[in-house]
Amino acid sequence: MTIRDITQILSAEVICGEEHLEKEVHNACGSDMMSDVLAFVKDQSLLITGLCNPQVIRTAEMMDIICICFVRGKAPDEAMVELARERGIVLMATKMRMFTACGVLYEKGLGGGTDQCV
Amino acid sequence: MCMTMKLHFDVSGEDFTRAGEASGKVKSKLKQLGIAPDAVRRVAIALYEGEINLVIHAGGGEIDVEISPENIKMTLSDKGPGIADVEKAMTEGFSTATENIRSLGFGAGMGLPNMKKYSDEMKIDTKIGEGTTIFMQINL
Ligand SMILES: Nc1ncnc2c1ncn2[C@@H]1O[C@H](COP(=O)(O)OP(=O)(O)O)[C@@H](O)[C@H]1O
Ligand SMILES: [Mg+2]
Repeated sequence: MTIRDITQILSAEVICGEEHLEKEVHNACGSDMMSDVLAFVKDQSLLITGLCNPQVIRTAEMMDIICICFVRGKAPDEAMVELARERGIVLMATKMRMFTACGVLYEKGLGGGTDQCV
Repeated sequence: MCMTMKLHFDVSGEDFTRAGEASGKVKSKLKQLGIAPDAVRRVAIALYEGEINLVIHAGGGEIDVEISPENIKMTLSDKGPGIADVEKAMTEGFSTATENIRSLGFGAGMGLPNMKKYSDEMKIDTKIGEGTTIFMQINL
């Protein structure tokens, strides 16, 4: 599905990166621990998180994640938005909680990539 | 590219929000040089984990990166507290990070194991009360 599809499924508000909404996303991961994202994520291009600090953007940058969705209505500050903009990363925010956001996307066919940690 | 390129960064221990700046710069440099995406990603993750450690465990430090046609060498050095038991520190899940650091999304004890996993060679020199130097090499 495209990033635009994701914004619709999650009733999310796009914060930055409108120009990238047609990009395809095949796999996603959901985590508040950037340590875990760095250790276990492989080719997921969407990160769903309740954590809201600049290291979320940095982690996405290192992992080639192209889109971040903040759950529970978390709002990144201007510095975070700038960081994401410079890197061409799409930021969006939904009022859904983590479990629900992951669940509805999974139901619509978005995968988790590698299902088990090795 | 037929020469060795050297990059140096001072990593502040004061400013958590800036942690990752050096790793980000190295990543874009490697991309720009046309290095294979898999190697770029391994360098980015290993270096970022190391940079985060400099900030959260050592009060800052320095990063030196050497890029040559054969490999990428990274040296992270600090004058922090040192690592008491390196073998233990290398174990997945071992962490001395505080609750505060965990609330920032780090401190799962996966950093050093991850650095080892993504590099072709890794060496840790550390002395209690004096500091730590970590060397990593990724072959191209
Ligand atoms: N540069 C360093 N200086 C001092 N201690 C360190 C350093 N890097 C790592 N450590 C120690 O090794 C432990 C494991 O590191 P790591 O695997 O990165 O996990 P984490 O950073 O999540 O705690 C840390 O909790 C810390 O006690
Ligand atoms: Mg660490």
